[in-house]
Amino acid sequence: MTGDLAIVAKDLTRKFGDFVACDRITFDVRAGEVFGFLGANGAGKTTAIRMMTGLLSPSGGQATVAGYDVYRESESIKRHIGYMSQRFSLYEDLTVAENIQLYGGIYDLTDRQIRERTDAMLSRLGFRHAERTLVRSIPLGWRQKLAFSVALLHEPRIVFLDEPTSGVDPITRRQFWEMIYDAAASGTTVFVTTHYMDEAEYCDRISIMVAGKIGAMGTPSELKHQFGATSVDDVFVRLARPAAGSTPGSGAKA
Amino acid sequence: MTDAVLVENVVKRFSGSQTTVALAGVSVAIRAGELFGFIGPDGAGKTTLFRILTTLLLPDEGRARVLGEDVVGAMWSLRTRIGYMPGRFSLYPDLSVEENLRFFASVFGTTIAAERARIAPIYVQLEPFKERRAGALSGGMKQKLALCCALVHRPEILFLDEPTTGVDAVSRREFWDLLGDLKAGGLTAVVSTPYMDEADRCDRIALIQQGRLLAVDAPAAVAAAFDRPLLSVRSGRRHDVLRALREYPQANTAYPFGESIHFTDKRADVPVAAQQNELRAFLQGRGLTDVSVEPAAPTVEDSFMARMGGREDAA
Repeated sequence: MTGDLAIVAKDLTRKFGDFVACDRITFDVRAGEVFGFLGANGAGKTTAIRMMTGLLSPSGGQATVAGYDVYRESESIKRHIGYMSQRFSLYEDLTVAENIQLYGGIYDLTDRQIRERTDAMLSRLGFRHAERTLVRSIPLGWRQKLAFSVALLHEPRIVFLDEPTSGVDPITRRQFWEMIYDAAASGTTVFVTTHYMDEAEYCDRISIMVAGKIGAMGTPSELKHQFGATSVDDVFVRLARPAAGSTPGSGAKA
Repeated sequence: MTDAVLVENVVKRFSGSQTTVALAGVSVAIRAGELFGFIGPDGAGKTTLFRILTTLLLPDEGRARVLGEDVVGAMWSLRTRIGYMPGRFSLYPDLSVEENLRFFASVFGTTIAAERARIAPIYVQLEPFKERRAGALSGGMKQKLALCCALVHRPEILFLDEPTTGVDAVSRREFWDLLGDLKAGGLTAVVSTPYMDEADRCDRIALIQQGRLLAVDAPAAVAAAFDRPLLSVRSGRRHDVLRALREYPQANTAYPFGESIHFTDKRADVPVAAQQNELRAFLQGRGLTDVSVEPAAPTVEDSFMARMGGREDAA
């Protein structure tokens, strides 16, 4: 049993041909934790996230997500996690209400649950007036806040956020992080990637992937102490710099 | 010396189910040889402005000159003199690195061999992968290839629209190092980015938000124009402190900033030391004792948020 651990990964590995995109990564994420998953482009983050979200079968190692096995129970994983990214979050040609309804339907919520949760969500966000607005005409910052709430609609135990604040204005970016804290405070585990190094400081713990392996893991202050660095940005540069010039365009895109 | 770019009251609207004002009267002058940055979030109007300056889009009002030529009247001659790296990866993913470069060179009537010296500093990093399909490159390498392709016809000015978006922090630094080298070689470069921390790599910046320029100046001057004392609040219990600050009657703004919280007091007339002491006392009263409150130097991002008027990116 995993107890209060939301994610347990042991020697998790994924190969594409000869290329090892994820090389025996081992880590735990505690329930209710905000876990930052950092790494350079091509370091293997996307591969790892695809395995943990049940979209890609590992080549080796073990992992459970929300208590479900990544090999045998990937469908259960999908039902018990939430996911949003910068690149795709909501359907632009649907209204706010239609998007919520669609997601609710996919996760088998009853009409009544959808209605109640839609009301609660839109009131909390102050978006009531925008219920019948097409998502395409909503400013990006709002859209990302809405997308995050929609990803939580089915009350998942873990939510994966893949660069959720990319390109968002600095004030909305900070409001988004307050929403992340609120979700974590209510027990949802948050697994987040970002290229904003100041956001790495907002995580309870972070890991930094380098060339398929976890190069460092700990609280932001532990890592700064360990590397004698003044910021997570510094830690990141020191870890990633040796790898920065190597193997670009690796099979990680496969 | 003439300006490399002169923009006067440019307005651009897009009509759809509702009209969007992408640029609401933008004026700016960029000097020859400058590394100039447009800093702002998605939807601010950066791409629209870049497309007007690269002759790909017509302004509704106002006018713009690049290298002394009008972007509308002289669009054909301008196109051979400017380099443009669009925000979206727009090379041919099914062609190899070398084929892409050869193609862009041939469009402008030149060859890789003839331009070798100019692109060498960047191309040497790509050369080991010259047989690889462009679509299979990593994010950082794609950006370098796109930069090579934008440089291969010896442009006099380079427009780079969000070259570092979605690129990791280390590759971003390396890309800015490359831009610094190009600037040292005399090229004028106009760059846009949503990352406020990249502002310091530019000679001058324009903060852009909702189609308007909020400020145009050297990055240090933009940061220094922050008009009230800034306090940095640090604590192991940052979220609790942030909540407490939200209830502090004298709070003007309180934003997480990396490992600290940047705070401003409503009362501009109260000395900083008094602001510090009162804030410390307030937090102690809330049981938050492990807290440091120190004056901080404002950054471009602080300045940007202040100029947004404390409002989020509302429509």
